[in-house]
Amino acid sequence: MKKVSASIRIALRALKVNRLRSALTMLGIIIGVGAVIAMIGVGTGATKRIQEQIESMGSNLIIVLPGSITSNGVRLGSGGVATLTQDDAKAIATECPSVALAAPTVRGGVQVVNGSNNWATTVQGVTPDYMTIRDYTMLSGEFFTSQDVDAAAKTAVLGETVAENLFGDGDPTGQTVIIKNVPFTVAGVLTPKGQSPTGQDQDDVILMPISTATQKVLGANKANAKAVGTLMVQAITPQAIDPAIQEMGALLRERHGILPGQDDDFTIRNLTEVFATQETSAKVMSILLGAIASVSLVVGGIGIMNIMLVSVTERTREIGLRQAVGGKTRDILLQFLVEAVTLALAGGVIGIIVGVTASIVISRVAQWSTDVSLLSIVMAFVFSAVVGVFFGYYPARKAAFLDPIEALRYE
Amino acid sequence: MAPVIQITDLVKDYHVGDMAIHVLKGISFAIDHGEFVSIMGPSGSGKSTLMNILGCLDKPTAGTYLLDGVSVGQLGRNELAEIRNKKIGFVFQQFNLLARTSAEENVELPLMYSDDVSVQERRTRAKKALHAVGLEGREEHQPNQLSGGQQQRVAIARSLVNGPRIILADEPTGALDSRTGLEIMAIFQQLNRDEGITMIVVTHDPDIAAYSNRCLHFKDGLLTSDERQAAPRDARQDLVALSPVEGVA
Repeated sequence: MKKVSASIRIALRALKVNRLRSALTMLGIIIGVGAVIAMIGVGTGATKRIQEQIESMGSNLIIVLPGSITSNGVRLGSGGVATLTQDDAKAIATECPSVALAAPTVRGGVQVVNGSNNWATTVQGVTPDYMTIRDYTMLSGEFFTSQDVDAAAKTAVLGETVAENLFGDGDPTGQTVIIKNVPFTVAGVLTPKGQSPTGQDQDDVILMPISTATQKVLGANKANAKAVGTLMVQAITPQAIDPAIQEMGALLRERHGILPGQDDDFTIRNLTEVFATQETSAKVMSILLGAIASVSLVVGGIGIMNIMLVSVTERTREIGLRQAVGGKTRDILLQFLVEAVTLALAGGVIGIIVGVTASIVISRVAQWSTDVSLLSIVMAFVFSAVVGVFFGYYPARKAAFLDPIEALRYE
Repeated sequence: MAPVIQITDLVKDYHVGDMAIHVLKGISFAIDHGEFVSIMGPSGSGKSTLMNILGCLDKPTAGTYLLDGVSVGQLGRNELAEIRNKKIGFVFQQFNLLARTSAEENVELPLMYSDDVSVQERRTRAKKALHAVGLEGREEHQPNQLSGGQQQRVAIARSLVNGPRIILADEPTGALDSRTGLEIMAIFQQLNRDEGITMIVVTHDPDIAAYSNRCLHFKDGLLTSDERQAAPRDARQDLVALSPVEGVA
């Protein structure tokens, strides 16, 4: 053990003697480790942001869209015909065992007014279950109840963007807003969710009882007073999403009287699956960035090997002398290996600092969310040690097995 | 008392391609403890090869070499390193000091490769060795801040720091002027007399060989003469004679 510590001391002394060269050699590793940490940070940040957006949509989410029926040979697109009803939602909620909740929704654009302020936004007519499905919480006030839905009460819940545009910093709860000449009492404000995975502002919305929306604001569907836009469905577990889709498909076909062989008059989409694709691509990007950055780490390692080889050649006489005064194979090997590993590790530590700093700068300046994990720091440190040993071994071995006579005579 | 060095029928061949070059062609001699031996001979006489073998840097092709009663011909690389560390001190013509490294750290070098020497003891012994060669106060100086003679004295301090049985000096005065060379010889004589260290000096200069009490001459790989000098010259006295005013280093 004593000999090991002596070798370390000798190696550190040699590095100190060649300060500039040591610093330049480390630079390769510093850039490599810094790049790996910053790039993985950027990638992980992007992945995390997408995950947050997906979570903001609500969990285990399935959306049922109406439409696409063939009428006299003309196929209408998705949502072309209002084929879904509030009763469909109720039936799905009660009859499908894999479904936890189902909420019918209608939506439409409106101009909403508060005194001299007005704002164009989207009204969604929903039921209280919608709040649970979409994972909404209240910033202030309360969500409306099913009694409000039954009574078609003139009550509304505002998204934060709407609240801000109509009331500024004030709390709108309990105030009145005018929507399509109908006064509504503001029941509360939703906690902001930010952007959806598709980039929409999820806070630019007004929620109200579906009955109120169809009867007083948006107007009911002429053909079917109970028709709704889409159904938001929550499966009981992530694993229940696929069975829930099967069950709903069968139930809706039966309820809509669709014969075998005929096309569905509705479309079921697994939202989680759609957004999971984005998440996967973000992860792939993260791995790709890390891989590209790793290349520079390897280049840094080759730099270390290069300098160590030069160093061994240049210090041939020194090695000969060390052998003459009693340095054994292992002592010399250890000395040069320790030099290489020290260069790599010192470079690694500085690289970690550089990488973390770069991530912070990237997130501040470029407004990209970055996330430097402890794991990536530990991995960068271990990897730089491995680079040191791997690229330091060959030069060290070369030094250790020099012939002392030749080495002493070397000019 | 058994001799420190006992060489019997020593042969060393080098192979260059298919040709075998016989550098040492069967040499036998013994050196007793406390002797001051000079080795002389023209270039190509095989004296450098002999020095390498005596210094355990090289192995003989045939014959035996007993150092302190141990046959070193069969030892491996690391065992030889151990012997060099413990029993042999080297002094080279070109000093071979580590650049940008203080005198004290240069002297400490053999102790770095020696087991069970604490940092404190290493420092103490290095200081003592530097003191013995008259370099107290120069511990922190680096080689480029020292004169040639001072550098060679650092090298001598390094050779004796681990308490060797023998010191091998290969043309130790070759890179120095005659006066400084004399100072080095004075130190060698003092170490030989006071510490009882066996000195072996390779030189081509008869004036240097005159300070030893035995002179081995080599030619064409053979020992041609082995002269003992009952009254070798005293380097210290010669220094005083050279410059009576300045005194001795």
